[in-house]
Amino acid sequence: MRDVISALVGKSVRQVARLRGGGSALPGLVVEKMDPGFLGRVLGRLPYGVVAVSGTNGKTTTTKMIVEMLEAEGLRVFTNRTGSNFSRGVVAAAVAEGSLRGRLDADIAVLELDEAHAMFFIDRVPPRFTLLLNVLRDQLDRFGEIDTTAKLLQRIADATTEGLVVNREDRLIRTIGDLTRERTAAVDVREFGLSADLLATFPSDDDFHAGSVSAVAGGVAVADADVTLIELGDHEAVFRVEGSDYRTPLKLEGLYNTFNAAAALAVVRQILVAGPLPGREARVTVTPDTAEIVAALAQVRPAFGRGEQLELDGQPLELVLVKNPAGFRLGLASFAADGVAAMIAINDQYADGRDMSWLWDVDFTSLQSGGVDTVSGTRAWDMALRLEHDEVPVAAVEENLGRALAEFRARTMGQPRRIYCTYTAMLELRRALAEVTDVEDIW
Amino acid sequence: MNIYGDRGNVLAIERRATAHGFVPRIVEVNPGDPLPETIDLIVGGGGQDSGQGRVAADLALRADQFRALADDGVPMLMICGLYQLFGHRFVTHTGEELAGIGVLDVETRGGSERMIGNIVLDTAEFGEIIGYENHSGNTTLGPGSTPLGRVVQGAGNNPNDGVEGARSSNVIGSYLHGSLLPKNPALSDFLIGEAARRRYGSFEPRAELNETVRRARESAKRRPR
Repeated sequence: MRDVISALVGKSVRQVARLRGGGSALPGLVVEKMDPGFLGRVLGRLPYGVVAVSGTNGKTTTTKMIVEMLEAEGLRVFTNRTGSNFSRGVVAAAVAEGSLRGRLDADIAVLELDEAHAMFFIDRVPPRFTLLLNVLRDQLDRFGEIDTTAKLLQRIADATTEGLVVNREDRLIRTIGDLTRERTAAVDVREFGLSADLLATFPSDDDFHAGSVSAVAGGVAVADADVTLIELGDHEAVFRVEGSDYRTPLKLEGLYNTFNAAAALAVVRQILVAGPLPGREARVTVTPDTAEIVAALAQVRPAFGRGEQLELDGQPLELVLVKNPAGFRLGLASFAADGVAAMIAINDQYADGRDMSWLWDVDFTSLQSGGVDTVSGTRAWDMALRLEHDEVPVAAVEENLGRALAEFRARTMGQPRRIYCTYTAMLELRRALAEVTDVEDIW
Repeated sequence: MNIYGDRGNVLAIERRATAHGFVPRIVEVNPGDPLPETIDLIVGGGGQDSGQGRVAADLALRADQFRALADDGVPMLMICGLYQLFGHRFVTHTGEELAGIGVLDVETRGGSERMIGNIVLDTAEFGEIIGYENHSGNTTLGPGSTPLGRVVQGAGNNPNDGVEGARSSNVIGSYLHGSLLPKNPALSDFLIGEAARRRYGSFEPRAELNETVRRARESAKRRPR
């Protein structure tokens, strides 16, 4: 009965909120206040349990990959698609998608968890599987120190009941895996990683200015990760799984997404091998087949703004989300600068992080020859100042995103375009772009 | 140590010095590296608490050298972690004590609260200084140092004193990342000017403020904490 009341109240609030054009998390907030056990009960009934995806970067796209691979295997997946990755957003999504009896028509939940708000979530719902991607240096103004973020991720790992997948190439994340192995044999700890050749392509924050790449585990021979990315190409990758190599085309953009695909593969393999929870009746059981999972991965498109390709005026337009120095640097390295008109939009709203100091840690000299057409956003002038110090020519600086986009479009007619943007700038640009071209609904 | 774009300070000195007509040479000094024979100006950055111990040990070995350079009038800018280590001591919030080299008459205690956000200072010598602070250390000044500025918006050295940074002759310490120098050319000019006077006996400023700096300062000042 309690579920019915909570679901009913939540759905009513959702209707009202929608009529007022309001936030997607409001119904979650109301139901949470009224019935704190709602989320745990609803998600606790799923036959395959709950999968948590966390880390500082790449959660949205990686979650999308896991969801679509599981769906390709016939599972019905509940997820937090709106990018509202706080647990109220999860409750809100459960309210929206659940039946009036508070039941979800799903086999498994795959949820993107923000490092900070994850605490609230894991207190209510322990994840059965957890994937920890990385601890990069963005959002330091929210959490202060990388070490603090790592401690939060450690707590998610500690709450996990059955399977943990960690990034072998991220020192702090790898340590969480090691500690979990020492603590309990009940949790199956697996790793995803890079071949030695590819390590230099993915510098960590530790060796960001050292100019060298630290050796894995201090030069000690390391056992193969469950899934290892061993080759990168243009929309192509080779993954090594249990001694076999799987070469596949990819629709994903950017180097990090390809590395995170290895993470998603490892998690999906772990889930399918584990099967439904004992005593739970599952609608489907799947015999895991790596080739089949990789084939499903090949079909996954980037989540919004993560190297997303749109078309504008008959020319491609790429949106590249940038949140931290390592990400921006990889963004610059992932896409050739030649022959593409560039715009950079930097906002410092709360969701972006207020601190723009990190722009000084990105080397922009690769943009020197082509220059940057437009710089925009609340911190447009900080960005322009940064580019000036790297001697990158800038044609126009316009803080207002709408005007900047219109002028950028007019000035660069007939050319392929690319926009590097922070999170809230991306949301605003997508809204503006939706009026002039096809923009996929936010994933 | 470099976190939070402190490298931007080095880049700003390089560009600004060039604009004043100098040919700057940048030498990076990591723990264990020898100091160059001729030093005109020193810029230091901040780091994670966990990495600060390693730098502190290295700094202790060079303490006499740095004190001699400071006494000789070499301009220095020390941000965050190195600001703390250029003071007498840094006591972490767990009670562990790191000895500093005492070039600045300050000491720091680790706090539980982080002071984070856009910050504006008022100074007599450099006008308005605009940056971004991020630290949990509470620093207090002894009589041998004067504050860099009075806090107009933000926290500064600690939540109580209403001042930010410290200065003893030509050595400046500050919690402003931001990066400090690109947006505050008056400070760059002070450091470059002191370096030039020490080496050549005079300084004729040539670089001017440009529109980009002015606008970047304006927009940063308007932003919420």
